[in-house]
Formats: sequence, structure tokens, C-alpha cells
Amino acid sequence: MPCTEFSPSIFTRPVYADLVSRGAAPAIMLADGDGAEALIDLVARDASVMEQAHVMFIPLATNHGARLKALGAPSYHESPSFAACLERFQKALADARMGTSLYLAGTEGLIGQAMALAVAAGLAPGAIQAEHRGSIARRMQCVHCKGVTEAVTTDPFVCSHCGLTLFVRDHFSRRLGAFQGVCVDAETPGIVPPTQEIQP
Amino acid sequence: MTSQMLRVAEVEVLTPLVKRFRFEHPEGKTLPLFSGGAHVVVEMEDGETLRRNAYSLISDPQDGSGYEIAVRREDRGRGGSRFMHTKVSEGDPLRVNAPVNLFALDLRARKHVLIAGGIGITPFLAQLRQLTRLQLPFELHYAARSRAEAAGLKLLPQAPMIQVHLSEEGNRLDPGAILAHQPLGTHVYTCGPEGLIVGVEDAAQRLNWPKDVFHSEAFLSPPPGKPFTVTLTRSGLTLTVAPNQSLLEALEAAKVEIPWSCRGGACGRCETEVRSCKGRIAHHDHWLEDAEKSAQTKIMPCVSRFEGEELLLDR
Amino acid sequence: MTMQFNDETFRDDYTYRNSPEAIRRFPFPFDQDSYMYSVNLEPHAGGREGTPFNKRFDVDEHYVSEMRDRAITLADDPLRCQSLPHMELAGWDFLELVMDSKAEDYPDLFSLTKDGDRWHWVNRPLGIEQRFTFLDPTTLPCGPLEYITRQTQGDHALLDQREGNLWMDAGMVTSQADWSLDFDVGMNFFEWHAPVPKAHEMGIFQRALKFLLALPLSKPSRRLNWTLTVNPRLDTSPENYHKWGPEKRTVTPENVGAKQHLRVELQTLWRLPRSNAIAFPIRGYLASMEDLTTLPKWGRRLHRVLRDLPDELADYKGFTVNRPMIVDYLSKFDDGVPTSAGIYPDETGL
Repeated sequence: MPCTEFSPSIFTRPVYADLVSRGAAPAIMLADGDGAEALIDLVARDASVMEQAHVMFIPLATNHGARLKALGAPSYHESPSFAACLERFQKALADARMGTSLYLAGTEGLIGQAMALAVAAGLAPGAIQAEHRGSIARRMQCVHCKGVTEAVTTDPFVCSHCGLTLFVRDHFSRRLGAFQGVCVDAETPGIVPPTQEIQP
Repeated sequence: MTSQMLRVAEVEVLTPLVKRFRFEHPEGKTLPLFSGGAHVVVEMEDGETLRRNAYSLISDPQDGSGYEIAVRREDRGRGGSRFMHTKVSEGDPLRVNAPVNLFALDLRARKHVLIAGGIGITPFLAQLRQLTRLQLPFELHYAARSRAEAAGLKLLPQAPMIQVHLSEEGNRLDPGAILAHQPLGTHVYTCGPEGLIVGVEDAAQRLNWPKDVFHSEAFLSPPPGKPFTVTLTRSGLTLTVAPNQSLLEALEAAKVEIPWSCRGGACGRCETEVRSCKGRIAHHDHWLEDAEKSAQTKIMPCVSRFEGEELLLDR
Repeated sequence: MTMQFNDETFRDDYTYRNSPEAIRRFPFPFDQDSYMYSVNLEPHAGGREGTPFNKRFDVDEHYVSEMRDRAITLADDPLRCQSLPHMELAGWDFLELVMDSKAEDYPDLFSLTKDGDRWHWVNRPLGIEQRFTFLDPTTLPCGPLEYITRQTQGDHALLDQREGNLWMDAGMVTSQADWSLDFDVGMNFFEWHAPVPKAHEMGIFQRALKFLLALPLSKPSRRLNWTLTVNPRLDTSPENYHKWGPEKRTVTPENVGAKQHLRVELQTLWRLPRSNAIAFPIRGYLASMEDLTTLPKWGRRLHRVLRDLPDELADYKGFTVNRPMIVDYLSKFDDGVPTSAGIYPDETGL
């Protein structure tokens, strides 16, 4: 499955392309689910990219782990969730020097959160690449309570924190790694439009 | 343009080729503060010719009591630096435009590495005062051929994070060694001869630094060249650009309205549409994309010239 | 003349009122009988005596109450004021700009004494006296941007300039027309304007950005923008939309004149010296339909503008649902007589 192609309608939506190898330089690689295949494809294009790589993988019920490990990175680690991986990812960023590349692959939720952390750690946006694979679910920030609801596939949806019904605004914050959710029935409480599946 | 008449308060010979000038308000008024890396455009009335040259400010950005610049005499240039060296003395009035910054520090950086060659030290002199005041981590490397030619030596403070590299004394600047092992979040800035800038850029690329942390300012003044003729479609004028004149100066001499700021091919303000071009534009700017340059549909009159039969501009 | 400050509220019982003088000096945004987006920037270099364009940072009868409303909003949601770490210098630049301007333009209300970096600031309307060291944040009760914008009407954004773009990296935003600083902080010029319809295709933002990147020192610019608001509410934030949204449906033909307000933003743009950032104050003014129609030229023109506005813009400005009622109300003040050019009313000495 290739890199997901999204409709070009949203100005702030990040544009994802295929990962491009920056050669045998120090690299942090973080993938979830089918994002593993993006890393496997990257290595097929340039095997040297793994020479100094620190690979972190969150399987999300896929079985790509063995193939990913076999790519031979000096450091390979699997975590059951992003939360479980967080400390390790942040330590890798703290240890990094200039010249380190960050490769992200997988869901928009993983990419958004990891990118925000990396920029906060001092990594330049130009040193970060991201390729989207797998679920087109969105990571949504509720503009009212500020809680983030992961893996949103419908519009409108219910905020998992405050319970308001939110519509999905086509407005993406790279800093938060999330789209904006706004109360859909603010003016007419209780009158909610029919639920639709989110399109890519 | 916002400009004011200032008085030359000091002239100091730094080296045989470089002089420092200090400008103050004639009534002692405070001048607008600026940010490190900013330049001013100085206007010189040289006989019939009005020259406008851009110079980086080297004085303390927090100090509005005066502006200082350092000018290297370029005998093969169009005459601006020669004018400053031979015709400007203490007490003279000179028109100076408000500071503009096209080479600002990126204040997000965790560390700033400044690499200067020769007269390219000028923007960094103001930046290092700003960095010191803000207590931000930095290191500065200054390369010159010899002690005698190094105008910066008189202007740089003694400090462990300031290193001087004199090639004559066998201490050549090595960009690769400087950039290796820098902490995450470092930005690098370079100013000086093209060779130095390319050298730093190559080293940064080799070490896998992303483009967005590399900043450079080529010290660009309009090169002289053969005279050429240009026709202006809107004003209906045909002008001849003299060997020691830029196209922008020729337009100004003919009273054609045209915006400008850096006069060095970097800011994009004077970008002009080419209506017809039978010949070859010598693009000297850092503003237009390569594709735009080869298409010959745009020109930067501040630095670029023309050779050929006909050049029609939308002015 | 000493200014009188109103004691009024912008929420709950909404006691906000404009004096006849405040109505006359209202920055009416329409210079002709129709409206479309434009960059419409002009130099912010004074204006007619008594108008909001005259001073660098206008102070009016609503000052004290507006600052009280801001404090309430901030107590409820401190994220309305944010500054990314690299923007502190720009915050100091802005603090100096505002203090210098207010002390010079309103010497009876504000004073600033500088002894090198040791400064002494007095704000008489708010009863504030502060001695502090310029560029030393430990000598102020909060960051420089928050400190000065708790004392300055309007929302304020500080834009960092780099990579040929502007980045909204700091701000104080408590009276916005439906945008969230917390969400938009860190975005570039095109990103934070993404939800605005039409203007992208028109190339408006490319042209505006080009102009702003070249904004010179000491030469500020200004433009007007507008929207409609039900009730004189400052906090029309997306954060609290579920709280104020229902009020939009309380408009009736009987109360539309009093409840429906025109909200005008006087936006100014300033190049900041030390940081090379741009300050973007967005100063809001509110007037009800009843207020505005006391001046016949404005009544006629407002009717024509709102009647003929493209649907998309009415949607974006959020008044589609009340539009028929508003236009119907205003039609009573439009006798079809031609209006004079320019924004000023015909009847005043302004």
C-alpha cells in the first residue's frame, strides 16, 4: 500500500510524501502499524539509511515487527503504544546532535504528536520527514476543553473528554499535531447534522 | 523610503583598505534601534551621480546614539566605496535610510554559529552584541588572510567563543570542523566571499544539516559592465545604462518610480517584468529562481545587466 | 479634557453603551455602498482629530471596562495569552512601543520615566504604578507581552519574520472574531488564514505578505476589518462558542436594533526594532444598529452593504441566520438617497 493521497482541499493539512533517504547519517525512525512498510520501502531504495538508525515501532495489531527488525538497525525497539514509547523517543531526541534525521511513518496521530515533540526538542522542521500509511482517522483537538480525541473517523463526532458534539474543521495545527473540533450545535443545542465518514 | 540626513561623527582607518564611519543625528536625536544583521543604504552625491550603497550596521543595535558601518574600498567597483574613502570626512552630512534586516538571527536557535570571511564580519559585529545582551549561546569564527588585512580584529572583543583564523599564520578556517558535533537546534550563519559561503554550505550538507538552519548573506554590490540600452514600456523612455551605473540607478536618474530596499539582489523589492528580451540578461541576484532566470521574464535592476539587441521592461 | 470611563459589562447583563460622542467617532468601515475583501492598507500616521485613527494606540471611554473583561477571560482561560520562548524580545519591543506612545499621546493618563534600563510606568486609569528593569522579565509580575496587553485595548499578535514568511508566535487574544490563539500559535501567514474563504484564490494573502515582509521601521500601516456580533460581547472565542452561540438565536424583529452590533477591527502593523518582528494589534469597536442608524448616511450604507453581500462572506462572518431580520430592520433607514464618498458621517464636525 503506497503513501496515502489526501484531497488537496485543506490549506493547513500537512502534505505527506514518500520518505527520502538522507544516507548513512544518524537517524531516529518512529513508525506505527502499516508505517513499518514505509520504512521497509525506504530501506529497499537505500539500505545505508539503517547504518546509524534507532528504530522504534508500535505494531497496532500488525505483524510487520519481524521484517522491520531484520533490516538490521543498530537499535530496534517495539512498544505497545505511543505512550509507552514516549520516554524512549524523548531520550533519543535529547541525545541527538545536529545532522540527525527523523523519519516518521504511519498514522496521522503518531506523525502529529511526534513532530510536535521533535520541534520542541530543537529539531529543525527540515530534518523531519513523514509518510502517512494506514488509517485515515484524524487526531482532533476540542477547541472548548482542549482535550485530544484520537482516531476520529466521523464528522461530527463526540469529544471523548467533555462530551460535546464537534464538527471537524479543516484547520490543522502542526504544533499540536491535530485538527480543530468545534461544537456543531452551539447555536441550536441538540440539533446535530447526520454523521458522515471522514473522507481522505 | 524613510531616510534622514545624518552627520559623519567619526572616521577611523581600520586597515589600509577599510574605514569605519559613525553617523549621528545633527541635533543629537536618538536614531531608531535595529536588530543584528540589519543594513542601511547610504546616499552619496558624487557630482551628477546619486549613488546608494547598502552597508551592514556594525554598532550596538541597542544604542540609538549613532549608526556605524565599515567600508572596504573596492577599486574595481562602481565608485561608491571609493567615494566613501576619498570624499567623506568628519562633519559631512550624508543621507542614510532607515535600517532593514534581511539577515536576522533566528531566535528559535539553541545555539548560533557565525562564520565570517573578510569584510563579511560586519553584520556579525552587531549580532554578537545582540547575542551577548540576550545571553544566548553562540560562537563566532572570523577568517582573514593576514593580520594586516583583518579589519575585524580592531572591532571584535576578546572572548573564548570568538575565534580568529588567519590563513597567513597557518590557521585556516575549516567549516567541517566547526560544524561537527554541534547540539540539536544549532543555526549557522555565514557572510563573506562566495567561496566561504559555498564551503560552509557544502560542509553543512555533508553533515546532513537541514537547509532551514543555514543562513547566508553574500556581500553583493552591483557589478560594473558594458553599457546597454533598455526601453521602458510604461514610461515610454529609452535609457542607456553606463558601465559604472546599475540599471536601477539609471532608472532613478531618469526619475522612473521604482521600489527598492537592499540594492544587492536579495530582497526582491525592485523585481521587474521583462516584456521582451532579444539577447542575454546577466542575472547577478539571489532572489529569482533558476527557472525564472533562464526564462528571462524577470530582472532585478539593482544588480543585473543585459547584453544584446533589445530589452523591454514593464516600468 | 479628562476622559470619562464607563462602568459597563461585556457579558451577562451587557450594560455596554456608547455615548453620542463614541458613536460619532466610531470607525465605520464602509467607504462605499458595497463591500469586498481587499488588502486596503494605508499608513497609520494620524488621522482627523477625535477619530480612532488620530493616536497610535487609541484609548476611549470603554478602556477600563474592557481591561476588566480581559482579566475575567484570562482568569478563566490563561491560554488566551501565549508567547513561544523566542518571542520574549518582541514582547519587550512591543511593551516599549505602547508605553512610549501612550505616555506621549495621553500625558494626563500615562507616564513613563526611563533611567537607562530602569523604567517607571504609571497608568492612572487602571491605578497601576510599576518600577522595572527593561529586558529583565523577573522585574515584572508576568511576561512583557501579557503585562502591556492587560493595559491595552484590542487583541494583539506578534509575528516572527523568517524564511520569507510571518509566524504568529505570540499573542493576547480575548476578544476575537472566532479564532483560537491556542490553536493558531506557531502557524505561518497562510496557515492561520486558511479558514478565510475566497481571499486565497484572489491572491490577497500573497500580496499582503509581500507588503508586510517589507514593512519599514517607524512607518506603521493600518486597515479596517468588520463582522457582526449579537450583544456587545468581547469574548466571541471558539473556546466559548458553546456558551455564547445560543445568544445568536435570541434576535427578534423587536430587539434586533439593540442586540445586533457591528464589530469593527482597526488593525495596525508595526515593525519592531530589536526583534525585527511585526506587532499586529487588532483593536475592536462595537456599535449597535440603533447606534449606527442615528447617523443617516451610515444607516443607508449599512443597509446596502449587508443586503448585497455575497452569501459566502455572510456565512464566514457568521450572520447568515439573522441576515433577513437585520436587512429588514435597516431598510427602514434607507430612503434610496445617494451617499457621499468616504467613511465619515455627513453630520459631524469630524
